[in-house]
Amino acid sequence: MAARDYYSRGQNLVYNRPVLVIFAVIGVFLVFDILRQVGTGTVAITDLMSYLWNGLVLGMSLGLAGVGLSMTYSILNFANFAHGDLITSGAFAGWATAFLIAGLGEFSVESLILIGGPIAVGSNELGINVVNTPLALLAGLLVAAVLTAALSLLLDRIVFRPMRSADGVTLMIASVGVALFLRNFLTYSFLTDSRGLTGGNVPQFTVAGVTFGGHQITLVVVAALLMLGTHILLQYTKIGTAMRAMAANKDLAKVTGIPTERVVKLTWIIGGGLTGCAGFLIALQQGTLTVTMGWDLLLLVFAAVILGGVGSIYGAMVGGVILGLASRLALVWIPASFLLVAAFVIMIVMLLVRPSGLFSGRTTA
Amino acid sequence: MSKNGHSARSDQTRNGQQEQILKVENLRKTFGGITAVADVSFHVEKGSITGLIGPNGAGKSTTFDLITGVQRPDGGAVEFNDTEITGYRSDQVANQGLVRTFQIARELSEMTVLENLMLAPQNQAGEAVWRAVLPRARAQVVEQEKELREQAWEMLELFEIEHVAHESAGNLSGGQRKLLEMARVLMTDPEMVLLDEPLAGVNPTLEEKLIDRLHTLKEQGYTFLFVEHDMDVIMNNCDTVIVMHQGSVLTEGQPDAVKNNEKVLDAYLGEEVKI
Amino acid sequence: MSTGSLQARAEGWLGNNDVRLLITLALAIGGLYALFSVVLGFQLNGTVNTLRRVAFLSAIYAMLALALNLQWGYAGLFNLGAAGFMAIGVYTMGILTAPVTASPPGFGLPLPVAIVGAILVTGIIGGLAALPAIRLRADYLAIVTVAFSEIVRLTLRAPEFANTRIAGVAFGTGGATGLSLPSNPIRILFYTDPATTAPAPNALGAAIFSAVEPLGIEETLVIGWAYVIVLCLCLGLLYWLMIRIGKSPFGRVLKSIREDQQVTQALGKDTRLFKIKTFALGCALMGLIAIFWRLSGGYASPRMFKPIQTFYIFIALFIGGTGSPTGSIVGGALFASLLFEGPSFIRRVVAEYLQLSNAPDTLVSALAELGTLDVTPLLAYSVQDVSISALRLMLLGIVLVYLMQRHPDGLLGHRKAIASSVALSQQATREDDNE
Repeated sequence: MAARDYYSRGQNLVYNRPVLVIFAVIGVFLVFDILRQVGTGTVAITDLMSYLWNGLVLGMSLGLAGVGLSMTYSILNFANFAHGDLITSGAFAGWATAFLIAGLGEFSVESLILIGGPIAVGSNELGINVVNTPLALLAGLLVAAVLTAALSLLLDRIVFRPMRSADGVTLMIASVGVALFLRNFLTYSFLTDSRGLTGGNVPQFTVAGVTFGGHQITLVVVAALLMLGTHILLQYTKIGTAMRAMAANKDLAKVTGIPTERVVKLTWIIGGGLTGCAGFLIALQQGTLTVTMGWDLLLLVFAAVILGGVGSIYGAMVGGVILGLASRLALVWIPASFLLVAAFVIMIVMLLVRPSGLFSGRTTA
Repeated sequence: MSKNGHSARSDQTRNGQQEQILKVENLRKTFGGITAVADVSFHVEKGSITGLIGPNGAGKSTTFDLITGVQRPDGGAVEFNDTEITGYRSDQVANQGLVRTFQIARELSEMTVLENLMLAPQNQAGEAVWRAVLPRARAQVVEQEKELREQAWEMLELFEIEHVAHESAGNLSGGQRKLLEMARVLMTDPEMVLLDEPLAGVNPTLEEKLIDRLHTLKEQGYTFLFVEHDMDVIMNNCDTVIVMHQGSVLTEGQPDAVKNNEKVLDAYLGEEVKI
Repeated sequence: MSTGSLQARAEGWLGNNDVRLLITLALAIGGLYALFSVVLGFQLNGTVNTLRRVAFLSAIYAMLALALNLQWGYAGLFNLGAAGFMAIGVYTMGILTAPVTASPPGFGLPLPVAIVGAILVTGIIGGLAALPAIRLRADYLAIVTVAFSEIVRLTLRAPEFANTRIAGVAFGTGGATGLSLPSNPIRILFYTDPATTAPAPNALGAAIFSAVEPLGIEETLVIGWAYVIVLCLCLGLLYWLMIRIGKSPFGRVLKSIREDQQVTQALGKDTRLFKIKTFALGCALMGLIAIFWRLSGGYASPRMFKPIQTFYIFIALFIGGTGSPTGSIVGGALFASLLFEGPSFIRRVVAEYLQLSNAPDTLVSALAELGTLDVTPLLAYSVQDVSISALRLMLLGIVLVYLMQRHPDGLLGHRKAIASSVALSQQATREDDNE
C-alpha cells in the first residue's frame, strides 16, 4: 500500500538526514505559530506584512552585498573582513557624487564632496530623493560601483596579491588590517558625524496598512536588476563560465588554461561593483550615512553568505533574503533588541551543523 | 627495551593456536559513489609480522584508516585484543595499544626529534594542565619527564639517530624522518603497529636496518602489520601475507602459498578476478 | 638573598636574552614618556601620572596578549571572541557584587567571592562554547567566536535585561548605560574606611602620602601607582604560568595539536579535550584580566567590548610574536605604549611646539593649502582629536597588513622554546634540570 511506502521513505529520511528533518519540523512549527498568532489577533496582519516587507528590503541589501563576499571567499579562499568597509566606501563615493550633482551651483564644491559633514548642507535643502533627483542618484550609483571596483583592485594589488600563497587565516587577519585602514581613512577625511542624505518629499505608498517607502522600493528593484544582470553574466558569457569553473576547482582551472589572475581581477571588479551599489542603495534606503555603516553590517552579510553556502552566488542572494525575512519575522516572538542576536544564532548553528550552507557544494552556480 | 613483559611464546592458547590480536570482519566503506572497501575480513596473529599487499587502489590505506579510527566504517567490525573497537576515534584506538604510521611521514616539523619522541608516550601525568603548574604535583611530572627522556634516548640509539636528537624534525632527511616516525610510534608502548609503506623511498642500507629492527622488536612481543610494495621484502620477512584486491581480501596465508596463487598473479596483472 | 643571585637565577631561568629584553623595553618606554612629559612641561605629578597610565595599559595588554597566546600561539585556536569573554567576566563580577539595594540590583556578594565566581562562570561558558566550536576550521571558528562576542554584547546592552527579575532573583546589566563597579579595591591598603567618600588614611597611607606630598604627588596618584604595581605582579605571575605550561607535557601536546591534529590524535591524545581545556582556561584568564582593567575605572559598559577590542589584542599579539610569552609582553607593551597612547602625545607635542592654532574645518581646505606648499593647515587638521585617532588606527591597519605579509608569526617569531619540563641533553646527572 502507498501509505507503507511513504512510511518507510519517511523513516529513511529521519535516519539519514536528521538535521534537515529537525529544521523542517521547527520551520513548520514556526509557520503554524505565526498563523495562530495572526488568527487570534496577537499579531496584526498589517504588522506581519510590514515584517515581511522590511525583511525583504533588508534581505535584498544583504544579498546584493553578499555576492562579492561569497565570490572572494571561494575564489581566493579567505574571509574578507574588509568587505564591510568596501560597502561603506562605495556609499561615500556614490553619495559624494550624488550631492555634487544635485547641489552644484547652489552650494560649495567642498561641502558637497564631503557630503555635508563639517560644513552642514541641509539635506532638506538639497532635497535629494528618487523622484526629485533621479539622475543624481543614478550617477551616484554608477560612481559607487566603479570606485569600489577600482578600490578592490587596488587593495588586491597592494595587499592580497603579494600574499596569494598565504593561508586563509593570515589573509583574513590582513583583511582586518585593511578594514581598519579604510574605515579610519573615511573617518579622517569625512570626520565622524552621521549625515542625513535624503530630503524633500520621499514618496511612499501605503497599501493595506503597510508602508512601502519609495527608497525601499528603489533598493529592491535595483538590487533585483543587478542580481539578474549577474545571473546573465555568469550563465551566458565566457567570463562567467570561467569564474564558475575557478570557484569549483582552482587547480583544475589553472591546468585547463583559464587564466586565474584574470579571473581573480574580474572577481574583484564584479564583486566590488555590486558591493559599491549595495552600499549606495543601503545608504539611500536608510536616509543617513555613517562611517561604520558597512562594518556594522559585516557579520550579517557573513551570515547571509554562510546560510546560502560560501561560493554560491545564488546562495548569497537567497541566503540574504531568507536571513532578512527571518530576522524581521522574528519580531513575532522576540523583542527588537534581540533581532541581531537571532540572526547570529542562525549563522552559528548553520556553521556548526551544515557549513556548506543551504546550497552545498562550493560552486558559483 | 622491554615490552609489557610479554613474550611471543606465552601467547599460545589452549588449542595450541596463536592468539589473534586483530580481527577484522566485513569492513565496508564508500566515499560518494566509490566503494573503497567492499568486504574486508582477516585476522592477525599476535607476535607476528604480517604483510598486506595488493595492487594500487585495492583499499589498503583505507582499511588502515578504518581500523585506526581515521575513518568510520560504513559496516563491519574490528576487534583488537578481544575488545570491540569498531568506530572508535583514533586516540581511543591508540589507547588500546594499536597504533599506525603514515604513508607520508608526518613528523612534527616545528618540534625537535626529542620533543617528537617525548610527545608520544601515553598517560603522561603532566598532560593535565594543573599538574604541570602546581609545585607538589609538578615534582612528580619532572620525575616522569626524566624517565621519558631516558626512554627517548634509548629509542634514538635503537634507530641510530642520536646525532639528530636536537634537530628540528623538519630539517631531517627523508630516511631519518621514516626512522623518527617509527621510533615515535613505538614510544607509545603499543602492542601492535600498523605500518603504512614504511620502506617507501628508503635506501637499501636503511631498509636493511629497519627490517632488522622489526625482527628485533617482534622477538620482544610486538605485532606488525605492514603494507609494502616490495615483494622480496614481504616474502622474506612475513609470517603471513594478506592480499587485497578491489576492496576485498583475495587470499591470506603463508608467503609461499600466496606467491604461487593464480588469483594473486591475475590481480597484479590487472585482470578481473572473482573473489 | 642578594639581588645579584636573584638576577642570576632569573637569567638562568629565562635565558639572558629575555630578561634583558624586557628590562630594556620597560626602561625605553618609560624614558620616552618621561621625555614627552618634560617636553610638554608637566609637573612631577603629571609626569608620574603619564608613566602610570602607560604602565597600566601596557601591563593590561601584555596580560591579555598572554591569555590569547595560550589559545592561538600554543594551541592554534583562533578566538576572535575575546571581547565577549572579557565582558562576561566583568559583568558577572559586577552583578554578583552589586548591592541588593542598588539600581540595578545585584547579589551583594563580597568582591573576592564575586571575582572567583566570575572566573568560574567565564571559564565554564568558554568550555561550553568550545564544545561544538572546537572542530571548526580556523576561519569558521573566527567567525563563530566574533558572532558569539557580539551576541554577548547585544544581550548585555538589551534593555530587557537592564533591570530584571528571573526566577525570583532581581539583577540587572544596566543595559546600554552600563553597570557600576565597586570602588578600587586597592584603597583598602591605604585607607581605614575606603568605602566612604572622604576616607581617612591608615598608618601606611598616611606615611606614604606625607612622604610624597612635598614632591607635589597627589593621593590619587599613589593609589593609581599601587594598582599598577599589583598589576605588574599579576603580570609576572601570569608570565611564569605561561612559561610553565609551555614547558610541560601539556604544552607539548598543544604544540603538536597546533601543527598536526591528526597525528597527535593518532598518538593517543584526546585532542578535543586539550583544546576545550585550553580554550576555557584562556577565556577565564581574559575575564579576570578584564576585571583588573575595569575595576580601576569604576564602571563597565557594552561599548567597551566591541569586536575592535579583540582585534587590538590580536595586533599586540602579532607584533610580539605568536610563540613565546616574552613576545606577548613585548607586543602588549609596544602596542599600548606606542601605537595606542603614543599618537595623542605626539599630537600634544606637535600642537605645543608648532603652535597650530586654527585648524581648517575640512580635509579639503587643508589639502587646498598644500598648493601653496603650506603644510601647517594639514598638520593642524591632522592633530585634532578625531583625526589623530583615525590616523592612529590607519597606522594600526597598515602595521597589521605589513606583519601578515612579512612576519606572519610576529616580530619575535614562533615558539622556539622546547616543550619539556627537563633539559633534554643526554647526561641525566646534570644538577640543575632547567627548573
